[in-house]
Parts: sequence; structure tokens; C-alpha cells
Amino acid sequence: MNRKLIVISVLLVASMLLAACAAPTAAPVATEAPSVATEAPAATGGGKLEVFSWWTSGGEAAALEALFNQFKVYNPTAEIINATIAGGGGSNARAVLQTRLGGGDPPDTWQVHPGYELMGQYVASGYVDPITDLYKSEGWDKVMPQGLVDQMTKDGEIYGVLAGVHRGNGLFYNKAVLDGLGITVGETMSVDQFVEIADKVKASGVDPLCVGDNGVWASAQLFENTLLGVIGPEKYKGLWDGSVSFDSAEVKQAMETYGKMLDYQNADHSALSWDQAVQKLMEGKCVFTSMGDWAYGEFVKAGKKDNVDFGWVSHPGTAGSFMIVADGFVMAKNAPDYDNNILWLKAVGSKEGQEAFNPLKGSIPARTDVDRAKFGPYHNWSMDSFAKDALVPSVVHGSAAPADFQQALNDATTTFIVDKNVDAYAAALVAAAKASGFAK
Amino acid sequence: MSTSELVKPLTEASQVSKTKPKRPLLSVHWQSFLLMLPTYIAIAIFVYGFISFTIWISLSNWRTLVRDMSLREPLLANYADLFAMPRWQADLRNTVVFTVFFMAMSFVLGLGLAILLDRKLFAGTVMRNIFLFPYALSFVVSGVAWRWIFNPEAGINVLFNILGINAALTALGVAPLQPGWATDPTVVLSLNHALAVIFPAVGKLQMQFGIPLAIVPVAIAAGWQLSGFVMAMYIGGMATISEEVREAARIDGATEWQVYRRVIIPMLAPVTISLTVLLLHTSLKIFDLVYTMTGTGPGFATDVPAIFVFEMMFKATRYNLASAAAIFMLIAVGCVIIPYLIGSFKESD
Repeated sequence: MNRKLIVISVLLVASMLLAACAAPTAAPVATEAPSVATEAPAATGGGKLEVFSWWTSGGEAAALEALFNQFKVYNPTAEIINATIAGGGGSNARAVLQTRLGGGDPPDTWQVHPGYELMGQYVASGYVDPITDLYKSEGWDKVMPQGLVDQMTKDGEIYGVLAGVHRGNGLFYNKAVLDGLGITVGETMSVDQFVEIADKVKASGVDPLCVGDNGVWASAQLFENTLLGVIGPEKYKGLWDGSVSFDSAEVKQAMETYGKMLDYQNADHSALSWDQAVQKLMEGKCVFTSMGDWAYGEFVKAGKKDNVDFGWVSHPGTAGSFMIVADGFVMAKNAPDYDNNILWLKAVGSKEGQEAFNPLKGSIPARTDVDRAKFGPYHNWSMDSFAKDALVPSVVHGSAAPADFQQALNDATTTFIVDKNVDAYAAALVAAAKASGFAK
Repeated sequence: MSTSELVKPLTEASQVSKTKPKRPLLSVHWQSFLLMLPTYIAIAIFVYGFISFTIWISLSNWRTLVRDMSLREPLLANYADLFAMPRWQADLRNTVVFTVFFMAMSFVLGLGLAILLDRKLFAGTVMRNIFLFPYALSFVVSGVAWRWIFNPEAGINVLFNILGINAALTALGVAPLQPGWATDPTVVLSLNHALAVIFPAVGKLQMQFGIPLAIVPVAIAAGWQLSGFVMAMYIGGMATISEEVREAARIDGATEWQVYRRVIIPMLAPVTISLTVLLLHTSLKIFDLVYTMTGTGPGFATDVPAIFVFEMMFKATRYNLASAAAIFMLIAVGCVIIPYLIGSFKESD
């Protein structure tokens, strides 16, 4: 009897000990919250700011630094925590971000693509707060294109500010090699013209198309651009609201064309990254690469001259369209450093910030009131295109469709590159669009 | 303070107990149970609790960042989706092929090296350490190194040129040796047609069930890394076999080869079984080496279940599908480990 009592009391003590052990994991959250609140008012000078992005390559890091410098104009003494995670297209970074958000430890702000990635992933799950007031106080509502702002708006509230806009449907080429073969590229290029030129290049023993798809997305992007070129911007947009099906005749024709283009790519594409493919292009081992204009940054970094060493044209058939791959920043819900983050977002949206950031990054400013003289010939060409062309969202970069469709497209493309089975490709995308919920 | 208070009653109790036969406060059974209790609780939560949680997710509708724990109708729909995916079918095929090549290479190389060292040919200690070094490397490090070795333009293909092998082949009128290694999407010895005769459904599958050539370099890298470990285990096993046994075999007229073939290797069976279990579950769970070396590979030629789980979970946010795949991996590893554990429990009893 007595021994039973002892056992029970020991068990009770043990359970209390366990409860005490468990408490500290919850406790800091409670104790930290007030301390943040007391720190926040002092943040107009000093304090901290954590910026999360996947800008780690040379040009990207320099561009990010330019934005930091603009932020330092507003708050010279703040400590900036530059939380970058390497990995093209943010594939690794997004995994880390998800874990941090799920675990209740958000960075103050993070890099985001407008459209589905922002609205579907972060707004719908309540991880970001709106910054609509900033659009009024900073006058952004007058200088940011409405079409882009719409991609970040829900119920009248705006959830992000864009730093710059990349044009995803570029076709960059090695001008010296083409000159050597007596080939000139015009203002635009059709699919037939591309095939004609590619055959000539191939006959000379050089790979016509450089692809570096060890992360698969570069191939998915080649398909995305080809799809846009074959079916045109209206039908392309229709794919994302369900009015055009992935097994329609035009889409299948685009898949055929894409399959044809694959015959021109370098054999070691799956061993290379996109920037290694651009490197190969610069070395003259291949001629064309279908890439967003972050590739422009690679040419500049290597000291190549516009229209001398390399040239550009819209991806075959896509002249008149602008594939948007925009980069923006958000305000995290319960941001640890709210006041500094407001200053950061102001810096991102400022004229000075955008004029410093974009020439280094290869993108064009999201603002329409920048001084165009500060930009080179490629940027001015891209700005003209942005002003007059049909703006379409990129699926490969997260704007047009949810993440699960993005992955399904990558997977179906990986399989298609090898077996070139158009029917299976179309069927896989139809099923993925249905499962993802944006197609009937 | 508290200790003295605690100690006092105990000492009093022990003084009292002098008169009575000495009995412990708690039986040994209870003591050990209480000592282990925190561990039991931690394991219950962090292993079995989370496994149960994952099983639940694998049956749920959760496929966006917004958590949705409602169960999906029909219950096993996520598993049905999983096995209908060409990519997952490729993963299963790759796991089988990878396991066969990787284990064959590890065992042949490891046992071969162990026998060579057992023969005490030269510099045994130095060589043993050299052979064991790869095992000390992280898979990530060797993955990156082997990626460059098997790069079709920068790796061993260059060696073929330097050694003049390609020049000789060209002179003989044969195509030069330029394998694409991990970039080669070819699947050889496809069984689809043969299987379709028995199971007509196989004929409609998009995946080729054969040997993807790109997985071979990955298996070589993994085999290189673990053969040293296999060698070390075998050397340890051989050390326990007494010299008398070998001498007895020799007196009975066995050649040196027969001593190994008929005596030593059969006596190493327990080591072989342990190694099989260790290598098999390494092979089923492999992620880092493949991820850094080739990724998913051309046409998923080098994709493995762990990469699938990672990408579906963190890139596609399809938590339910990724959990289903993870549970399948758990069952597969369980099929290897559990019989082994049961066997070793029986032995120890």
C-alpha cells in the first residue's frame, strides 16, 4: 500500500518535471513578443532587418547590395541580416522559407513572384500582411503598372512591392558565330526561321541550342516560351483560367515544335546549370539559349558587348508578348522588425532604389517613371516591349499556376525530353491542371 | 537545500529498515522503468507520434501551404495517385537497379580488398586506411566530386583522349569512346514488352522497366564510398577466425582459394547478413549522394524515392503525396530491418 503511494508520487513528480521541460519551448514565444514590442519604437534608428532571398550569384548579389544601400539612406544604423539561400530559381530557398513560416519564425520580408506564388501560397495561408497604405503614401499607385499590381491584389488590399521585372521569353545568341556563318538575325524570329538557322548551324558542327537543365526548370521554360510562341498570348492566358485545355490541338502542336527544338540542344544539357549553358554560348560551343534576361547579367559580368559579342531577339514566335518574371518583397505577418521593414519596402519601391538595382540585375524597373538614359540598349528594348506588348505570367517562375502544377510541369517535361510522347505529355498536364484546381 | 530534505527521510528510512529485512524503495523493475521513462516518452512522441502524423497526412487532402487534415475519399487515393505517377514508377525501378549494382560492387570490392589485406601482401595498415578513407567522407562531398568525374566533357572522357584510347579506336575505324554517363537517358534491357504479355496493363505504362544507364555511375560512386566499410567489417570478421581453422583446412588439402571459398567466407556469414541489412537500407534511403551528383537525371533516370519525397513536400507542397511516398519508404526499410531485428532478438534470448 505504502509502496504504491510512493510510486504514484514519483510518477506525479516525473510528470511535473516533464511539463516543466516542455514549458520552455513554448515560453520564449510568450516572453519574446513583448520584448519585440518594446524594441519596435526605437527602430527608426538602429534595430534589425532580415531580408530573405535566393540572390547569390555575382550580379544578383550586387543588385541586392544596391537595394541595401538605398535602405541605409533611410536607416543608416540598422543591422541587415542578409538571409540568402543558394540555388537557381529559389528551389532550395523556398523549402527553407516554408519550414520557417510553418515553424512561426518568419523573416521580416522575403523575395516573391507575384501571381499564384504570392497570392496562393503566402496570402491565402495568412503569412503576409497587406501594404496598401504604402502605395498611397509613396505614390506607387501612380507609377506601378496596374496589370502588375493586380497580380498582388486581393479584396482591394495589395500584398507586395516589385523591385524589377524580368522578360522571360528572350533568345540570346552568340553573334560572332552567326556572323562567321553569314547568318543575320532580324528584329523578330519565327519558328520556321529558327529551324532554318538551326539547321545551318548544326551542319557547321556546332550545337544550335544551349540548354542547362540540371534543375529541369530551364527546359520547362524552353517549353513555356515555345508554347507562348505557338499558341499566342490570348490562348496562353486562357490555359490558366481553364478556358483553353492542355490537350487542345494548338497546345499539342506547340509540344511537337518543342520536341523538334530538343533535337538541336547540346547532349550534356542535363549535366549543366543554366548559367553554365550561357557560358558555353559565350565560348561559341553553341549558339542560342532561350532564357530570361537574368542571362543578360551573365554577359555583362563576362565583359561581353551588346550587339557585338551577343545579340537577342524574342523567343521564336513570341514577339509582341512579354513573359513576366517579376521579383518583389512582402511584409511578413508579425514581422519581428516592422518599422525597419516598412523602410525596406519603401527602398525597394523607390525610384533611386529601382534605378540602382535593375541595371545590375538585368531586369527593368517596375516603376514607369525612371530615367531611361541610365539604362543600356537591352534594357531600353525590354522597356519598350513592356510598354506595348501583351503581358503574360510565367508558370515556371510561379506566377501563372500553383506550386503543385509547376512541379507537375517540370516532371512531365523531364519525361517528355526523353520519350517525346506528345499525348502522354498533354494528358499529364491536363490531369495536373485539374488536380491543381484551375481547370475543369 | 532540497537535496538535504530529500536525503534525510531516506537515511531515516534506512535506519528504520535496519530492524526489518532490507527492501529497496522501488523494485528494480520499476526503477529501470522510471529511468527510461523520459526516453520512452520522447520516442513515443518524436518517432511513433510523428510516424502516425505522417500516415494521417498521407491519407488527407493537404496539398497546399494551407493545412488541410480532412481525410481524402477514397481513403487510399493518394497511394493510388502515387503508384500511377510515371516518375514514382521510375523511382522504384531505379531503386531496384541501384541496389543491385551498388551492393554487388560494395561486396565484390570490399571482400576482395579484405582478402588482399588478409594475405598481408604489402603495407597492410597504410592500405587499409586508404581504402577506408572514402567512408569518412560525407555523401555530399563525394557526390560533387563524382559529378565532375563523370561529366561527359570534363571528366574521365578526357582521360580516354589523353591515354590515346580514342585515337586507337578511330584508327581502327571504330567510333571513339564518349559515353554520356549520367547524362545518357537510355534504358537498356527493357522488360515492358515481355511483361505486357503476362500483364497487358504494363504495355500502357510510360516508363521503361529496364536498366537506366545513368544510374550506373551513381552506383559506382556509392560503391566506391562504402566498399571500404565492407572491407573493414570483413577484416574484423576474419580476425575472429582462428589460424587453427585455416591450418586444419590446409592439412585437409585445401588450396588457398578453397580455404577462402569453403571455409572463411561461409564463416563470415553473420557479417554478410549484417552488411546486407546495412547496405540495403542505405540504398533504399539514399538522397544526398544522388541529389548532389546527378539530381533527378535525364528522364528521371537517377531519381530516387527520397528525392521524390523532398521535391513533392517542399517544392510542390503536395504534403499528402510526399507523406504517402515517405510511408512507402518506411515500409520498405521496415521489410529489411524488422526480420533482422527479430532474428537478432531470438539469438540473444
